[in-house]
Amino acid sequence: MEVRVANVRKEFERFPALHDVSLDIKSGELIALLGPSGSGKTTLLRLIAGLERPTRGKIFFGDEDASQKSIQERNVGFVFQHYALFRHMTVADNIGFGLKVRHGSSRPPAQEIRRRASELLDLVQLSGLEKRYPAQLSGGQRQRVALARAMAIEPKVLLLDEPFGALDAQVRRELRRWLREIHDRTGHTTVFVTHDQEEALELADRVVVMSQGRIEQVGTADDIYDTPNSPFVYGFIGESSSLPVKVENGEVWLADRPIGLSAPHAPEGEATLYFRPHDVELLDGCSGCIAGTVAASRRVAGTRRVELEIGGERQRVEIELPVGHPAAQKSRVAFRPGRWKLFPAA
Amino acid sequence: MTTAPAQAGWRFRQPSVIPGFGLTLGFSLAYLTLIILIPLSGLIWRSASLGWADFWAIAGDRRTINALEISFGTAFLAAAVNVVFGTLVAWVLVRYRFPGRRIVDAMVDLPFALPTAVAGIALTTLYAPNGWIGKLLMPLGIKVAYTPLGIVVALVFIGLPFVVRTVQPIMEEIDKEVEEAAATLGASRFQIITRVLFPGLAPAIITGFSLAFARGVGEYGSVIFIAGNLPYKSEIAPLLIVIRLEEYNYPAATAIAAIMLALSFVMLLVVNLVQTWSRKRYG
Repeated sequence: MEVRVANVRKEFERFPALHDVSLDIKSGELIALLGPSGSGKTTLLRLIAGLERPTRGKIFFGDEDASQKSIQERNVGFVFQHYALFRHMTVADNIGFGLKVRHGSSRPPAQEIRRRASELLDLVQLSGLEKRYPAQLSGGQRQRVALARAMAIEPKVLLLDEPFGALDAQVRRELRRWLREIHDRTGHTTVFVTHDQEEALELADRVVVMSQGRIEQVGTADDIYDTPNSPFVYGFIGESSSLPVKVENGEVWLADRPIGLSAPHAPEGEATLYFRPHDVELLDGCSGCIAGTVAASRRVAGTRRVELEIGGERQRVEIELPVGHPAAQKSRVAFRPGRWKLFPAA
Repeated sequence: MTTAPAQAGWRFRQPSVIPGFGLTLGFSLAYLTLIILIPLSGLIWRSASLGWADFWAIAGDRRTINALEISFGTAFLAAAVNVVFGTLVAWVLVRYRFPGRRIVDAMVDLPFALPTAVAGIALTTLYAPNGWIGKLLMPLGIKVAYTPLGIVVALVFIGLPFVVRTVQPIMEEIDKEVEEAAATLGASRFQIITRVLFPGLAPAIITGFSLAFARGVGEYGSVIFIAGNLPYKSEIAPLLIVIRLEEYNYPAATAIAAIMLALSFVMLLVVNLVQTWSRKRYG
C-alpha cells in the first residue's frame, strides 16, 4: 500500500511539532524516519497510524484519504518501543487479539486464529512459546511477539516506533538483520523511527532525515551519506569536519590562500566547507591545500584520527590518517578534501 | 544472626546484603503477636472453655445464624456495589481533568475519617421514611432505613474509599501505549476496556473488594443507627456480640466472635490465594 503524506502540520497546544511535511512512501518500501529527539519523527509516525490527528494536511493510503478515518479503521500494524504487550494474555492470545476483536463474519473461527498465531510465531522464530506470558520472555522476544501481533491483522502499513530502542546492542544488531529478512519475505510497506543512523542506513531502502519538525533530506543510504544537502545532514549522518571559508572568483579560499578547490557555481562570499574526515587526500608540498599542525591524535580501530590546528585563528578540524603515517605532535600535515560541499555561512 | 546448619531441611532465604533481617523479622513477629495474635487467641481460648456442646448450641441458634447471614450478606453486597462504583470513581479521577477534581479526590477519604456513628445518623436521617431520600422512595415501596437494605447503604458508604484507593494507583500505572496498541489492532473503546484494561485491574479490584468486605463485616458504629436492629431481621453479628456482653453472657459473645473470626479468615485467605495465583501468572 502506498502512503502519501501531503502538507501535514501538527501542533501540540500551539507548539508546532511538524511544519508542512510531505512524503511519498512507495508500496513495499522499508523506510526509516531518522532524526534527533524532538525532530518530529515519532509524531509523523503516529499521524500515519491515526494515533494523532493532523492540524492541517492529509494522509492518503493508496488513493484513499485516511486522515478522517479512526485508528481502528486504518488497519495499520504499530510496534511500540516498549512492546506494549497485553501482560495478562499468553503470547498466542496477544497475537490473536486483533483477529478476536473483529465483528461478525470478518472474525475467523477460533481454530483459524490459533493456527495463524502459531504460523506468525514461526515467522518470528519463537515457535513453541504460545503458552508463555510476556513477563516470561526476554526483551528481544517480546518485541518479536509485538511484531507478530501487528502483522496478524494483515496491516496495510507496518509502523515501528524505535522498535529496538530498549534492547542491548547485540540483540539490536541481530533483530535488525532479522527485520530486513521478514520485510523481504512479507513485503509489507514498513516505516520505522530511529535515532540510530547506523540502523537507518543499514536497514532502510530510503532514509528520511528530520530535524526540528521538518524533513531535511530523503534518499537512499548512498544519497544521504555521500551527498548530504544541508549542514544538518552533514553533521548528523556520519562524521564531518567543517571550516569557515570564502568564495572568490569561483575558488575556495581559506584565510588568505586558495586551497585548490574550485567552486564555479557557488555564490561569492562567506561560506562553510564540509567534508568527511576519512575522505581526504594527503599532500606533501602545499600549494593549494589545507595545512595545519597536529594538536591531538588518537587511534580509532584501523585508523588514526588527528586534530589539526589550521591558521592563526586556531580553527580545529579532524581528519583520518593511515596508522603508519609518521605525523607526530606539532608536525605539519597538508591535505585536500576528496568529496566536499559548501554551504552559505550561517 | 547465625545461618542455619546445612543439614536443616530448609533455610531462611538471604534477602539481600543489607543487614537487619533478623532484627526486623523478630520485631515484626513480636509486634504482630502483641497486637493481633494474643488478643485473638484469648478470644479463642475463652470460647474454647465453653465445650463443644454449648458452642454448637450457640452457633446453631437461629438468632446467631441470622445475624451472621445478615452481616456477611450485606457486607458482600456492599463490597460488590463498591467494586462497580468505586472503580468508576477511580477511573474518573485518574482519567479526566476537571475543575474540583482535587476536592472530589479528597472527598473519597471522608468515610475513613468521619466517626462512623455520625455517618450512621446522617444516613438514617436521609433514608428514614420521612427523610429527604426516604420520602422519595416510600411511594415506590422501597424502605431503606431500619431494613437490611439500610445496612447495605451504610456499608457502601464505609467501604468506598477502600476500593477507590486500591484501584486508583494501579490505574494510574496503566501504560497509554497498551491502549493504543489495542486500538491499532482494531479493538473498539468498549473492547479495550473489557479485554485489556479490566483484566489488568482485576487483582487490585479483588484487593479492594476484600478490604471493603472485611471492613463491612466488622462495621458496627454506622450500622446500628440505620439498621433498626430487629432480631432475626436486621440485627448484625457485632451488635449481637455487644448484646450478649451486656447480658454478661461472655461465653456466647466470644463464641459468636470466634465464628466471625474463622469465617473472615477463610474468606481473606481465599482472596489472598487468588491474588498470589494471578500475580504469578501475569507478573
